[in-house]
Amino acid sequence: MAGEQVEKRGVKYKSSIKDPGTPGFLRINEVMLLFVPNDPKSDSKLKLQTKNIKSHKYTKEGSNKPPWLYLTTYQGRNHIIEFENYSDMHTCRDFVAALLKSDEEPKKAAVTTSTEQLSIKELELRFKLLKENSELQRLHKQFVESKVLTEDEFWATRKKLLGKDSIRKSKQQLGLKSMMVSGIKPSTDGRTNRVTFNLTPEIIFQIFAEKPAVRQAFINYVPSKMTEKDFWTKYFRAEYLYSTKNTAVAAAEAAEDEELAVFLKPDEILARETRQKIRRVDPTLDMEADEGDDYSHLMDHGIQRDGTMDVVEPQNDQFKRSLLQDLNRHAAVVLEGRSIDVDSEDTRIVAEALTRVKQVSKADGETTKDANQERLERMSRVAGMEDLQAPQNFPLAPLSIKDPRDYFESQQGNVVNVPRGAKGLKRNVHEAYGLLKDSIVEIRATGLSDPLIKPEVSFEVFSSLTRTISTAKNIIGKNPRESFLDRLPKSTKDEVLHHWTSIQELLRHFWSSYPITTPYLHTKVGKLKDAMSNTYSKLDAMKESVQSDLRHQISLLVRPMQQALDAAFQHYEADLQRRTAKSSDGERPNGYV
Amino acid sequence: MPSVASKQYSDDVSLLVLLLDTNPLFWSNTSITFSQFLSHVLAFLNAVLGLNQLNQVVVIATGYSSCDYIYDSSLTSNHGNFESRGTGMPPLFASLLKKLEDFVTKDEELSREEGHEDRTPSCLLSGSLSMALCYIQRVFRSGHIHPQPRILCLQGSPDGPEQYVAVMNSIFSAQRLMVPIDSCYIGVQNSAFLQQASYITGGVHHTPKQLDGLFQYLTTIFATDLHSRGFVQLPKPIGVDFRASCFCHKKTIDMGYICSVCLSIFCEHHKKCSTCGSVFGQSKLDEASSVSDKKRKAPHT
Repeated sequence: MAGEQVEKRGVKYKSSIKDPGTPGFLRINEVMLLFVPNDPKSDSKLKLQTKNIKSHKYTKEGSNKPPWLYLTTYQGRNHIIEFENYSDMHTCRDFVAALLKSDEEPKKAAVTTSTEQLSIKELELRFKLLKENSELQRLHKQFVESKVLTEDEFWATRKKLLGKDSIRKSKQQLGLKSMMVSGIKPSTDGRTNRVTFNLTPEIIFQIFAEKPAVRQAFINYVPSKMTEKDFWTKYFRAEYLYSTKNTAVAAAEAAEDEELAVFLKPDEILARETRQKIRRVDPTLDMEADEGDDYSHLMDHGIQRDGTMDVVEPQNDQFKRSLLQDLNRHAAVVLEGRSIDVDSEDTRIVAEALTRVKQVSKADGETTKDANQERLERMSRVAGMEDLQAPQNFPLAPLSIKDPRDYFESQQGNVVNVPRGAKGLKRNVHEAYGLLKDSIVEIRATGLSDPLIKPEVSFEVFSSLTRTISTAKNIIGKNPRESFLDRLPKSTKDEVLHHWTSIQELLRHFWSSYPITTPYLHTKVGKLKDAMSNTYSKLDAMKESVQSDLRHQISLLVRPMQQALDAAFQHYEADLQRRTAKSSDGERPNGYV
Repeated sequence: MPSVASKQYSDDVSLLVLLLDTNPLFWSNTSITFSQFLSHVLAFLNAVLGLNQLNQVVVIATGYSSCDYIYDSSLTSNHGNFESRGTGMPPLFASLLKKLEDFVTKDEELSREEGHEDRTPSCLLSGSLSMALCYIQRVFRSGHIHPQPRILCLQGSPDGPEQYVAVMNSIFSAQRLMVPIDSCYIGVQNSAFLQQASYITGGVHHTPKQLDGLFQYLTTIFATDLHSRGFVQLPKPIGVDFRASCFCHKKTIDMGYICSVCLSIFCEHHKKCSTCGSVFGQSKLDEASSVSDKKRKAPHT
């Protein structure tokens, strides 16, 4: 097995998961991997050097998935190879693993993904995310492919993205058909007297959901008393009898065949359920109990008359079923939706599952004694009539309204001012008032001054105002909403924003690695520090390169980024110093480098 | 300025409430005399009334100890009552001047009675703002259609820090009612109250440099109705002075202590808040260092 090369036939090559795969022939040796398709005209030939293979993954033998070998290259391309059986796949996989191991640098401390079992689905998800989000792709390219961060570290902080996507992929549940069960029309053969009903699992589910009595009967009778086929034959006989609206015949047949009678009688289980719901209805208008129920299954509720003129004998009353009852019941079931997820074909399993669900919901809905008591109390409280109640003497609490003057005047205390001579001020005030009154008298006598305003003054005012407005516009900008970023040229703006996100990514990983306890973290921190110094120098370069009128604003923008990086560098230096000091002391606590 | 569409009957009909500063202590030492000032203002009022037939003007005088309504253009008892004695004053404003004179007399009497020695020479801005807002509220409640109101504050007196709370309350009420407060400050120092008022309510604040061109300033900047302000560029101040006054001493401060329950401002550390009574916790630092507990007051927006 650990030979010079491996060759396999019957192999399929897929460029992506969705690709059905082209069959062909695969050969791997130390230097090269070659895939040649069987069909000479197809062009999915693959030839790559083994040293370009970065990692490989494979599907597990026990799972339902076909045997796939998943190869990733350093260029970022992925190849999937499907084998005929697992043993083939394992030989190839082992060979590739051996190759990779020999290629690997021994001092690469990062956790290799080849030892992990990433599911194909998750990889797919990652690639999809990268393709959709170009910013993410840029970050990924910058860090993961320059080996600053490993793939896992990169995605570890983005679990939210991955998780959310997988939820989206779950299948949407199908609802129930709106076609009514009683609307299933049989196909009739014109020549003979036979009618043929078609029964699908879908219809069976609907019947069980709408008619709990039928479900119960199924569980009871099949397979003990009759086969499934017989059961359904009887059921459809009952349906047929209903559709003919011939109650006399129905009564006769019910008397003969007790199993048939089950289908012909009104649904006892339903009636019980609705009776219980009615009991729970709060006379104080609690709408919850009205959810999806219909009272027409109870014989003394609901509308019996459906406009038909035929007279039914009293003892045959129960064999009559009206369209309204059917409609209401069907609508209630459709609105409830699919309550179980069972996909199976076996009718019995479906029936049992439905029963279980109904039992659970009944148990939840059952009111305990305490709850009943509480309900009764609440009802009597809400429905009480005020004038019949005893007079209630509530203890009075006096209103405490503060005098607003207190508030305002207390705020006026302690006014510390330069004290003036009181007399002097009074005289001043008196004089001032006198002056004011004189002015008013004067203007009444002389009227408005003419000219009101000199033209030169007016012109000066205008020009100064215009100057004020235009300078304000220059400083604040035409649009107060416009931010400085929009005024930069597009490439600079993109660069600034990209630096911001990459610095955030780096710092997130940097700060999460402290305190350093393993050598892995130590190397990681070292790599991160190098990347950060790199970014720092890039920021400096950007500041220099920008036009002079924007330089000040750019440096203001860049300053917080550089401050964050400086803080990180400081911490790194301090930690390093502490560490060397500690090790030079001769003490070596466990685990520290 | 956004205005509710149902509250107007024409885009540019405005109700201007003018708050006239008649503080004698200010007018006794200014470069422009009161009579010149009045002639500019009266001509401006005439211009505003001439812009639209349905415009209304209300004048409130802001005195030293009291405020009063001086003129309301919607009242019909304005003209005709006063025979023109051959004076130069148009009869439209004769009543205004008469009322102004009466008001000044009354104000003088009030100030003599109260004897405010320690007060700063400020006018009663809070009182006139409240009166203006009451009038505007009455107009709002008068029916569906009415002019768009705004307040213009013509003031020269400095701010009285003891009126800080009342003035801020009026400003917030104006903001709620969506009534812009324009302010034209003709005094020497800066008025923080007026700047804040215009900033918060979306009005225009301006300090004219040349007082003999006051009429030009008034007609260029302050005569624009609210609808036209959407397409006319008016001068904006570069910065706003957001300083508040402390509640204990009425000093203007820009760094102080704030109660976290009622947001009252104090200039020094107190054990208990005097407004809401909540007890303040222990200060985390000793008396020596006194930086971290102080918070800079944020602007009201």
